[in-house]
Amino acid sequence: MIGLKFMKLGIISLAIGMFFGVIGGFQFLFPEFLKELLFTKTRALHVSMVVSWIFLVAIGGIYYYLPRYTVNKLYSTKLATWHYWLFLLTGITVIASYLSGKFGGREYFAFPPILSIPIFISWIFFGFNFFKSMSLNLKPWPVYYWQWATGIVYFFLTYTEAHLYLIPYFRENMVREIIVQWKSYGALTGSWNMLVYGTALFIATKIGGNEKTASSKMAFSLYFLGLFNLIFGWAHHTYLVPSDTWLRTFAYFVSMTELYIFGKIIWDWRASLSQYEINRHNLAYRFLFSADIWVFLNLGLALIISVPFFNFYTHGTHVIVAHAMGSTIGINTMILLASIFYVIGNFKHVELTDKQKKAVSHGLKLANVSLAVFLIALIIAGVGKGVFYTGEPYQVIIYNIRPFLMTFTLAGVTLMIGIWAILWFAFKSLSQEIAKNHESQEINEAVNIKS
Amino acid sequence: MINNRAIFFALLISYFIYTVYIFVDGTDSLPGMVAHNEESKHGQELFQKYNCIACHQFYGLGGHMGPDLTNAMSYRGGNVGELIARAFLANGGNGMPNYNLSEDEISSLIAYLKFVDKTGTYPPKVYDMTWYGMIYQEDDPDWPSEDTE
Repeated sequence: MIGLKFMKLGIISLAIGMFFGVIGGFQFLFPEFLKELLFTKTRALHVSMVVSWIFLVAIGGIYYYLPRYTVNKLYSTKLATWHYWLFLLTGITVIASYLSGKFGGREYFAFPPILSIPIFISWIFFGFNFFKSMSLNLKPWPVYYWQWATGIVYFFLTYTEAHLYLIPYFRENMVREIIVQWKSYGALTGSWNMLVYGTALFIATKIGGNEKTASSKMAFSLYFLGLFNLIFGWAHHTYLVPSDTWLRTFAYFVSMTELYIFGKIIWDWRASLSQYEINRHNLAYRFLFSADIWVFLNLGLALIISVPFFNFYTHGTHVIVAHAMGSTIGINTMILLASIFYVIGNFKHVELTDKQKKAVSHGLKLANVSLAVFLIALIIAGVGKGVFYTGEPYQVIIYNIRPFLMTFTLAGVTLMIGIWAILWFAFKSLSQEIAKNHESQEINEAVNIKS
Repeated sequence: MINNRAIFFALLISYFIYTVYIFVDGTDSLPGMVAHNEESKHGQELFQKYNCIACHQFYGLGGHMGPDLTNAMSYRGGNVGELIARAFLANGGNGMPNYNLSEDEISSLIAYLKFVDKTGTYPPKVYDMTWYGMIYQEDDPDWPSEDTE
């Protein structure tokens, strides 16, 4: 049940995080809007809560799948429970620190660095539990276990790197400081992507019923290419930061290796379309299929902005925001929703009615259409800022791209409504299943005592 | 057949070597850098304390509510940039909150922005582009200096 509890917490985190994102969008357009809650707070709340959603549901999925599909039981449920409570209490403290205006002031990790200590500890709990549980599984690992293991190891390493600024050697050299940030954040994103993509492959394998795919040479070559990019590809964020040019040229080359993945997606497109026809009534598959489309579009955008010439005009603009949003919403969120609905589809006590399934499908459609408008508006705004900027004051540029920022914010509202509709049914089903399980556990205990 | 575990550990080792190399060599010998003095260090602390990165950027990293501040101090030459920054820091405006900063705090933040300004130009103004789209800029440590040209 601990996996389901993580998922429930993730749902709450995303629902509130999106709400703060929408408030931030309106504050961007109308700086006087909810002035008491500064944009510096709403942005931090939004970022931390949606990133938490990714971790919570990915972790929840792993805790749920391991004892059911891999080994008979988790190495330690107690440790997983400790992990849950530590994560929850840290999260509440992070939110309290933002609301009271206490910041660490770093991009993505705006909370005071002392709060990273419980995050490190909870991650050690998770890693220890995962590797100990997996040590009971003596069969060769399919690629998704490798991806989960990689995500756990590299999160630890890159999260440590993200804190190197606490050492004066890093903090006092501006270029090193910026490069360390891009390096750690770029690779850290790669590490959580490993957890999420592992989950996607896990579900796809289970739905398709073909375990061989996840152990094939092709699956492993794509995994190692992804890991190679995680380690060396981050420097495409630093094309415009003064540094050794070999470093950036190398990153350019590494980033272009993703063309292989891009080509592979196009090659496999027909097969995935026929798979969609077979699985169109399976909610988890529909989310996975959506993620597939967003992977294709987002990788295309990533490849374009990884070419230094295009990066020159788009770096630091809303095009990069579009790339980040496309990855976190279009890819990560869709995969994690697939994971939740895959889990729900396997429940013993609770089943979604046709009406509820229809409502989830409508939510998905609304979310996809809104996300498309959201990203197009961001890309146009970014290109407007990057290409047509001729040295005017910043507020003039923002004024010129305002219609697109307005479209982006409104699309954000409908995106939130679509996702909320999906989350509502997911949350309800998870809560009911947890309650029913408690009930049957109590009945079992009572029977045991009697006998 | 190459073992998956061997590839994994080879990549993990290269990660460590690459990381150390970058932190030691790739970011150390840049021209034009000035020392980070006590006042600018205090400014850096204040920048983090008020979470300024939520709205502003350095080298394109950060929020979009306000302008990128990498070269805010050399904006339009002379001390124009400093005067504009001081006015915003003292009074807020155009979406920037008034944090009621003291004169000392404002000076520290200005010192920090001056320190950042000397580290490079963003986006680069003097650069070369290769046929395959790579950009080399004048602030790079391996950019040919006038003496060697």
